[in-house]
Amino acid sequence: MTSHAVEGTPRPPRRLGDRVFSSLVTAAGVVILITLAGVALFLTYEGLPALTAQAAEIPGADSFRAYAWPLVYGTLLAAVLALLLAVPVSIGVALFISHFAPRRLASTLGYLVDLLAAVPSIIYGLWGIFFLAPRMVPLYEWLAGHLSWIPFFAGPASTTGRTIFTVGIVLGVMVLPIMTSICREIFLQTPRLHEEAALALGATRWEMIRMAVFPYGRSGIVSGAMLALGRALGETIAVATVLSVSGVVSLNLISNTNPGTIAANIALKFPEASGIEVNILIATGLVLFVITFLVNFLARAIVGRRAEFSGAN
Amino acid sequence: MSSTLATQPPPGEQATPKFTARLHSPQLPRWVPWALLAGSVAVGLALHFMVGWGRALAIVVAWLGYMGLLVTVSGRVEGRRKAKDRLATWLVTTAFVLALLPLGSLLWQVVSNGLPAINAGFLNSSMRNVVGEGGGIFHALWGTLIVTALAALMSIPIGLATGIYLVEYGNGRMARWITFLVDVMTGIPSIVAGLFAYALFVIFFGEGVRMGFGGAVALSVLMIPLVVRSTEEMLKLVPNELREASYALGVPKWRTIIKVVLPTAIAGIITGITIAIARVIGETAPLLIICGSTDSVNFNPFDGRMMTLPVFIYSQYKNPGVPPEFGIERAWGAALVLTVIVMTLNLVARLISYYFSPKTKA
Repeated sequence: MTSHAVEGTPRPPRRLGDRVFSSLVTAAGVVILITLAGVALFLTYEGLPALTAQAAEIPGADSFRAYAWPLVYGTLLAAVLALLLAVPVSIGVALFISHFAPRRLASTLGYLVDLLAAVPSIIYGLWGIFFLAPRMVPLYEWLAGHLSWIPFFAGPASTTGRTIFTVGIVLGVMVLPIMTSICREIFLQTPRLHEEAALALGATRWEMIRMAVFPYGRSGIVSGAMLALGRALGETIAVATVLSVSGVVSLNLISNTNPGTIAANIALKFPEASGIEVNILIATGLVLFVITFLVNFLARAIVGRRAEFSGAN
Repeated sequence: MSSTLATQPPPGEQATPKFTARLHSPQLPRWVPWALLAGSVAVGLALHFMVGWGRALAIVVAWLGYMGLLVTVSGRVEGRRKAKDRLATWLVTTAFVLALLPLGSLLWQVVSNGLPAINAGFLNSSMRNVVGEGGGIFHALWGTLIVTALAALMSIPIGLATGIYLVEYGNGRMARWITFLVDVMTGIPSIVAGLFAYALFVIFFGEGVRMGFGGAVALSVLMIPLVVRSTEEMLKLVPNELREASYALGVPKWRTIIKVVLPTAIAGIITGITIAIARVIGETAPLLIICGSTDSVNFNPFDGRMMTLPVFIYSQYKNPGVPPEFGIERAWGAALVLTVIVMTLNLVARLISYYFSPKTKA
């Protein structure tokens, strides 16, 4: 590495080490490009036979579309339920940590919520099936008894509690920390001057939050919810453990007959699958990939748009 | 109370009739919310012990009653805006408690159900030829160790190098694409990563392929974006002055990165890597697809099925045998071991970042 002074040119010398190193790290980036292309390619390649499969070869349906539709429906239903439960709670938790809790406790409390994200999904599954599901049964019976005119609670109530509603709760708990941490970050970034201006005008803390924190954090909340949605859509083992599946399309949230989800269906069927069935499962996996890709893409687009005008970066 | 509830303006202000508005509004003394809370708790206890309501119901009713009382009293004394503020505070606190309930109950369930299963035999024996009682997680522990180590071996260099590329070299179209695709990769469902590994390996090894290395590939797909992200974040925090000082001394760029930039950020990077490992070590779905499940010890990741801890939990729950108690007990025991591993990794990550990172003002 001798440095030679080149007369009149300000350009630095290109050293061998530099060239080797920069090609190495660039190569790593290229590996990522290749990997992702590989995911799309191999899934398509292995999933394609399912689209052209004969009706007789597809278990329990006439065509791939008829096979996949109840699963897509169940996936969306469970994820939306999870989101409905998780969004208000996580906004509340994020606000509690960022604006209500004592300053000194805030980071510890945040860490506690982050711990929820560390728990492996199979353990959520065990918790859901052995702890949560039996405790939900009385509620389901009450709902089926008193509110059965609402299609969601038409009943008959499940006696095991292994319903799509229970799954929604478990998924809601699982996505809670993701959304909370995004909301918390955004809420903490609210310009101090906005907050103080609101307080100086005599606003109560809640009014300050509505005037300063929420307008600033709105896109962050939306994108956090989308990321959480993406996570809930792809969650596998917790759903496969808790849900009692019968592949129907129904609005009923509390009965024993529930639609399955794509991911859980793969986990349940794949270990014993062979032949064309494997291709069908991979094709449904591709469908899931596309759905989550779209959701995440939208979320990132919203975050990206926000980054442009916020000046936070 | 009289001092804070005083609404009469002091006599001095009567002289200027233009200012008729009160300069301070009535406010509840600080003890009132606490007193109301104590009252609600008392009512809740009475409902539980004397009327015989269930514990959960009594708690919910007491907590809701507290909210009702507080908002009513505050609305009467302090006005609507303050009452709304109190309601919002109550709601936010409720949300926080709601979020912590599952964490508490989950950890309690895992510990109380798992502890009876843990003994030396549980950690030291596999499930080979075990029917009913006995057996253990020896094979699953080794499987998890091997698969995760292989995944880390692949993801750390690639993730680290990509992070360096994005921060130190990347500008222009390719860097933007990689950033975008890393984001996409973060969102890949774990089961899709498993299917990818299967679809890849089935081409070389034929239908029904199961091997530990495939699991490592699947986990890498999940782990690389995490490592890239944390590396990127940490490298961005390294002040540019350090790089410039190094260049000014004539140090080439690559040595600057290795000798100056990386050591500055290394604590944060290791923290990120540890958290990434903790994330993938608990993954079940991809390993179920590509590693399969087995009762025997298998040390060779390139040949045949390999049991891992999460899949062990799942399979013991799914096929607990007859009678089912022993299988379920083993599932909880393995769940406890897995939780301890994951929590320890998280704690280690926290400690590393706490003790070794350069102090920042935030």
